Amino acid sequence: MDIQSCVEVRNEWDIVSARQLGRNMAKELGFGNVDQARITTAISELARNIYLYAGRGKICIEPIDQLGKKGLRIIALDNGPGIREIRKVMEDGYTTSGGLGAGLPGVKRLMDEFSIESTVDVGTEISATKWLR
Amino acid sequence: MTAKDALTERYQDLLSIYLKAKTETTLYKGQQFSRKLLEQQISPEDLVSLHIQVMDELFPNMSDEMRDSFDFLLEAMIGYGFAYREHQSLRDKQQQLESEIEVAASMQQTLLLSDVPQFDELDIGVVSVPAKKMNGDYYNFVKSGNSLSIAVADIIGKGIPAALCMSMIKYAMDSLPDEQMKPHLLLENLNRVVEQNVHSNMFITMFHGVYEPESHKFFYAGAGHEPGFIYNAKEDSFFDLIAKGLVLGVSRTTTYHPYEKEIQIGDMVILLSDGVTECRTSKGFIERDEIVSLIRKYMHLPAQQIVENVFQELDRLQEFELRDDFTLIILKRLV
Repeated sequence: MDIQSCVEVRNEWDIVSARQLGRNMAKELGFGNVDQARITTAISELARNIYLYAGRGKICIEPIDQLGKKGLRIIALDNGPGIREIRKVMEDGYTTSGGLGAGLPGVKRLMDEFSIESTVDVGTEISATKWLR
Repeated sequence: MTAKDALTERYQDLLSIYLKAKTETTLYKGQQFSRKLLEQQISPEDLVSLHIQVMDELFPNMSDEMRDSFDFLLEAMIGYGFAYREHQSLRDKQQQLESEIEVAASMQQTLLLSDVPQFDELDIGVVSVPAKKMNGDYYNFVKSGNSLSIAVADIIGKGIPAALCMSMIKYAMDSLPDEQMKPHLLLENLNRVVEQNVHSNMFITMFHGVYEPESHKFFYAGAGHEPGFIYNAKEDSFFDLIAKGLVLGVSRTTTYHPYEKEIQIGDMVILLSDGVTECRTSKGFIERDEIVSLIRKYMHLPAQQIVENVFQELDRLQEFELRDDFTLIILKRLV
């Protein structure tokens, strides 16, 4: 496994740093411009969620290589309040942040793989992967 | 060539033709092309990316600013892509819901299917046709002991809530003990069930009757239901089968009046839902007299053929567009 790079998210400017990190890695891996935009949008959404709901946390980006299948994984980690009803936030139309208006289900659709783990009062870990085609 | 390559090529063709001679024809083709894009579920940012690719191809010496501006446009388009995908997923969900309703409707049909029992003394005919997917009419025959118990109900309200309500009525009726089969008591019982369990904006009209073959008496009671008819063979005339009573579910303490009628050989009991009397033709609502004369026209036939013929004529009069669920039942005393 390659070394992952992380960005601490504490304020809105950190969202930009997280995007930059993701874009650089996506470019390096050879993602096209549309996929680059999708990956950075997913990063924006995840980082925004951390900033809005958890206050602080981090976004980590790692390149992956599974038997020659290359891709990029975004991991969003926080020690915030956690999500009580994961099923609800994964429903279309549940967004409250007023961001792009699609929230986590939108992120899931932008990426190829998506998983979420959350414990109330402990925190949330979301991981999303995009494969290089 | 992949589908995407084909799209790229077509877009490049259209765009270069347009840039050479700016004709309305090419613009029209462009508009048709966008339909094709939607068919293939190409999202907005993909189209922008396609445009960038084609422009790179057509203008290799495009200025950096121009090139970069496209990247910016692409980024700005992502939100629309988000919305587009959400729309698609909601549409899929809607299709799924629709097919679930379809399954529910066919389940309701099987659930509410009531076999017509056989009696030596009686000839029975039934037709019940829903106007939409879910039938808001309900009829039920039960042979209890030697008697025939018969119910016709109409839910005021349509669709799934009405269908759910109907299933509840069916099970409430099934679970009543036999001694409560007296029509007015059965209605009082059902009224309490409906009043307790059904939202106050939903009402049910119902007619319930019991035919006793030994005495040839027909006991009945009604809860606001469309009156049926009695055919008196001796006098060769039709009378309204009036059974007064409040619709089910209005008040907990409603009581119903018991009625009874002696049925002679050749007499008929005709029960219906308001879908029969509210048949609308080009001349307005059909009159009860017209229904009577339709029945008269066919009454030399067996009961099942009478109801089917009456339905077919009324269906034709309405140009085969049922506006309300249609239920018509005829009992004819044979011996």
